[in-house]
Amino acid sequence: MALALSPELPLGDWLHQLDDLAARSAGFFLRRPVVLDIEGLQISRPELKEFIDELSRRNVRVIGIEGARPSLLGADMPPAMSGGRATQDIEEPIAEAAAAAPDSGGSEPAPAGQPEPQPVRPVPSMIIDQPVRSGQSVIFPEGDITIIASVASGAEVVAGGSIHVYGALRGRAMAGSMGNASARIFCSKLEAELLAIDGLYKTAEDIEPHLRGRAVHLWLDGDAIKTETLN
Amino acid sequence: MGKVVVVTSGKGGVGKTTSAAALGAALAQRKEKTVVVDFDVGLRNLDLVMGAERRVVYDLVNVIQGEAKLAQALIRDKRLETLYLLPASQTRDKDNLTAEGVERVIGALKKTFDWVICDSPAGIERGATLAMRHADVAVVVTNPEVSSVRDSDRIIGLIDAKTAKAERGERMDRHLLLTRYNPNRAERGDMLSVEDVLEILSIPLLGIVPESMDVLRASNIGMPVTLADSQSAPAQAYLQAARRLAGEDVPISIPGEKRSLLGKLFGWRAA
Repeated sequence: MALALSPELPLGDWLHQLDDLAARSAGFFLRRPVVLDIEGLQISRPELKEFIDELSRRNVRVIGIEGARPSLLGADMPPAMSGGRATQDIEEPIAEAAAAAPDSGGSEPAPAGQPEPQPVRPVPSMIIDQPVRSGQSVIFPEGDITIIASVASGAEVVAGGSIHVYGALRGRAMAGSMGNASARIFCSKLEAELLAIDGLYKTAEDIEPHLRGRAVHLWLDGDAIKTETLN
Repeated sequence: MGKVVVVTSGKGGVGKTTSAAALGAALAQRKEKTVVVDFDVGLRNLDLVMGAERRVVYDLVNVIQGEAKLAQALIRDKRLETLYLLPASQTRDKDNLTAEGVERVIGALKKTFDWVICDSPAGIERGATLAMRHADVAVVVTNPEVSSVRDSDRIIGLIDAKTAKAERGERMDRHLLLTRYNPNRAERGDMLSVEDVLEILSIPLLGIVPESMDVLRASNIGMPVTLADSQSAPAQAYLQAARRLAGEDVPISIPGEKRSLLGKLFGWRAA
């Protein structure tokens, strides 16, 4: 299972403690996926970026960030994970969309905490019809990703919604990356290195052996990833 | 206009240089004017494999930097008058390759040769990306083992994204050349099978070259394996691969198996 790290301020001291721990147990973080929990931590975006770089210099692979305001995260950072809890800031894109399309009535913006009733919008999706090769990342926070080919070992697919792979899934798939517990993962051949839905994840070692190579469907039931073969 | 072929792999030691020399010689044996260009600046080997190491005066970097004319740097093979070599520099490093310089040299070679074979260095850095940049066709050399297959997958991704053809919105033809294939080890399951590799990489198969002492022997005497002993199994595999590269329809057989797998393999061809 992946490891959660909850850093404390000041970060310099905390990194020092981490170095201590790493020195005492060599290889502790080696190849282990780590989730960074920064809930309640008062830091700025550049500080967070610098902190993640510091961690990667220590060979700590951060696969996701929990408890972060979306404004803290950038495309060059690991995706947000939210451990099944709804994050408040997730309303932000809708507020932005409303601001981008000002209505002629010129009404005052709704007070914070009471978003205007949102119009029905189609859920966007992305379709990819060629293999996702090792080293490539497909990131689509807006909705579903459908891949009509394989996802190679060392490739990564991150979707705000569900992920559908009509081929072998050998890399990483992270569905519901912006906080969406109803996101699912489907694939015709499961050989994944890592699977995550809404911040909960399974590494290759946690995947039941009888599911390997099968067509599989994964979804979230509370805090557990459920799996079922499709045929 | 000639065709530019890049021989690449990502991983080192899988047989790029051997394959570039063997395919180059095989195409030249068809009486088509062929030049093999060594892009491995700083670690050149192609001159040794082609037995021309004592005739190198000027090299690719000299031509790119305007210190020599292209005709001065080209070395004609002593055995095949249609085969030429453009060696890499051993004393410089890859930073001396410039995008404009490589484009100019490849453009000039295309005008006089039927085939320009670019022998790429290992890795995904400057040398490798410049070697593939102006190619029309890519030959991806892969050994039947997981690390080589994953690196090849990475290279195919770069071919699809970072070449001049890709930037023009076109798709480069990529072919898989499976080398060091050992039928006994494949049968025991110690090695990935041909089908496994094709399934993971999903690009068409150009040929399967069996692991053989003939390849090493040919390298050591400075002869492309297709010239050293054209009847040997690896030479036959390269000769057939060259015919397929030239557009001929030649059935593929897996070493150690008598039946042709043509029908089966066509089923794997990527669209």
